[in-house]
Amino acid sequence: MIDSLPKLLSATLTTLKLLSLSLVFGLIIGLIFAIMRLSKNKFVSNFSYGFSYVFRGTPLLVQIFIIYFGLGQIEYLRTTFLWVILKEPYWCAIIAFSLNTGAYTSEILRSAFQTIKPGYIEAGKSLGISSKIIFYKIQVPIAIRQSLPAYGNEIILMLKGTSLASTVTLMDLTGVAKYIISTTFKPVEVFIVAGGIYLFLTFLIHNFIKFSEKKMRTN
Amino acid sequence: MSKLQKLFISFVTISFLLVGNAYSDKVRIGTEGAYPPWNAKDSSGNLIGFEVDLAKELCAILKHECTIVEQDWDGMIPALLMRKFDLIMAGMSITEERLKTINFSQGYADEVASLAVMKGSSLENLQTVESLSLSNKNSAKKTLDQLTKALAGKTIGVQTGTIHQNFLESGDVGNVTVRKYKTQDEVNLDLAAGRIDAALAAAVAFTDYAAKSKKPVVLVGPTFSGGAFGNGVGIGIRKGDNSSTVGKRDAKLLKDFNRAINTARKNGIISELAIKHFGFDASM
Amino acid sequence: MELLYFGSKGWGDELFTAFLMTIAVSITAMFIGILFSIIFTPLKLSNNKLFNFIANSYTTVIRGVPELLVIYLFFFGGSGAVMFVASIFGYNEYIEINAFITGSFAIGIISGAYSTEVFRGAIQSIDQGQFEASKALGFKKYIYFFKVIIPQMLRLAIPNLSNVWQITLKDTSLISVTGLVEIMRQSYIAAGSTRDPLFFYSFAALLYLILTFLSMKILNKLEKNYSRGF
Repeated sequence: MIDSLPKLLSATLTTLKLLSLSLVFGLIIGLIFAIMRLSKNKFVSNFSYGFSYVFRGTPLLVQIFIIYFGLGQIEYLRTTFLWVILKEPYWCAIIAFSLNTGAYTSEILRSAFQTIKPGYIEAGKSLGISSKIIFYKIQVPIAIRQSLPAYGNEIILMLKGTSLASTVTLMDLTGVAKYIISTTFKPVEVFIVAGGIYLFLTFLIHNFIKFSEKKMRTN
Repeated sequence: MSKLQKLFISFVTISFLLVGNAYSDKVRIGTEGAYPPWNAKDSSGNLIGFEVDLAKELCAILKHECTIVEQDWDGMIPALLMRKFDLIMAGMSITEERLKTINFSQGYADEVASLAVMKGSSLENLQTVESLSLSNKNSAKKTLDQLTKALAGKTIGVQTGTIHQNFLESGDVGNVTVRKYKTQDEVNLDLAAGRIDAALAAAVAFTDYAAKSKKPVVLVGPTFSGGAFGNGVGIGIRKGDNSSTVGKRDAKLLKDFNRAINTARKNGIISELAIKHFGFDASM
Repeated sequence: MELLYFGSKGWGDELFTAFLMTIAVSITAMFIGILFSIIFTPLKLSNNKLFNFIANSYTTVIRGVPELLVIYLFFFGGSGAVMFVASIFGYNEYIEINAFITGSFAIGIISGAYSTEVFRGAIQSIDQGQFEASKALGFKKYIYFFKVIIPQMLRLAIPNLSNVWQITLKDTSLISVTGLVEIMRQSYIAAGSTRDPLFFYSFAALLYLILTFLSMKILNKLEKNYSRGF
């Protein structure tokens, strides 16, 4: 089993790349949809609710299959520029992961925004600070601090979610583990090693979030 | 062990014994159900295909009671080893590599492997010999060099853990990008979608797909045999040893099924089924 | 639409059966998960270091490893483990565990780790002063446990348990490896056979949405009933 370790470790890099890219896109998507959700415009806020409902209400596996195999089937799409992206399993996975984590992130951020005491905003207004500055300098930082523990959980859920990249031919940690099994026929041993690596990554993320929470509190 | 622990373990064991059937003399045969026309599933969820029919015939010859079990391809050999079933009939070629882990019966059919591309591909007019045997490396060299040149920089799809994957990764055709899929269905979908430049599998898997989907899939290059492609398709079985009851039974199953294949071949049953499912006589 | 016909032509009846199977597996898995948490929550809260270690390892490992891997491990390792246990008792024949049990247990183990955390959180947030109070009132320990702790714990746990239910429901989409024909596997088979993945995966998504929607309605009602107080 030791000889499979180098292969698994290099596949871990692919997993981390998938994770970090999806988190960055997911955070942007999440922020946009959280703001839309808080909008006074009923249509905008309902649209945002619908988006997060659909992505949170269906399994990630279904989402990734629809995007990869489903969209790949539409002949018209293949003639458009979108195909440059959708042709690649890597980007299909990133799109599915980003939308999925974006939906969860938007919920986390929304509830964080909503728990900010109106007093803070009032105080800022009475000091004559513009509402844009209040939003970016007061609301956003407080929301981030409030949502950190929940977001930490989301990062770990997403790390686990990236294992589904292997279902669309990507050679991430799970993909390489399956590949090794196809020649060694020893599933239990290989999956235990791969599971150990995932567990270690979870441990790192968990501690990093704890550390950031502490840091933010002292600031 | 404390009393409580003992009680707990016996409880768990008993509950498993209650839900599961203890082993009977029934022979259990594993197949994938996703590699038409070798084995597939119809819309009512029944397993169908060449190997499903053949399994029934072989069991009839032996007067064995058999059940056919569905198993994903990537877990096929591990599931055999953990005794989920006794035999594999899933278009599995007899190769040196697999023989290290499991045994095979004599071959019952020839798998003719071929590359496939979509009509209009630059590879469509690839001119090579008609069939290529890898048993003799020297005589195969010219064609392999030709293929190496033609396939350079191309992405080729295969099903994971197949002879087709082993061949492409062996370096015989240079450094091609090999994309590995869980099922042949997925390979076909991505070939049609243009995500891969070519695919390698049993020729009948492509002709079957082309006929059913009406997609312009064409076979190109030579048909492959020998070397990494193994020696025909056979029944996979655990390596029997005579030290345990299970081992003795496995050894006996191998003998029985070799005999059944002989009988089926002599009576023309295998040829008949091959013509029915493949359109030509692939028996061996 | 032809694809959804009932009978031998379409996939309607197969998908409907698969839909029911998803519900059955989810409920069984949730139930197994709660049984697991009844074992592990006390271990987690106990003062015994060994018990703590066992319970913490369970929840940490299961929640830190992808569900797909847990299911694979359970599928390939589980029957070996059962046969090993059976061999201790002198039973050496093959034990066949059907796909439903394998699938429900695999998901149940995962679900159990999450519900253990929910129950632990709920018990820990109950005011410790109540224990003193009931002691002062002369309640026996088990009466205190069943009449004071359990009702409060349930009230605190139910909102989070409905999250665990949603996780469990969605995780069942990953057990197709065990061969159990639930929504996802049936859609996969249909998509492969008809070469129409877009239709079948979208339809699968719709079925899951129906399930999450219905269960949210039911759970909300349950939550309201419980938060009414005792």
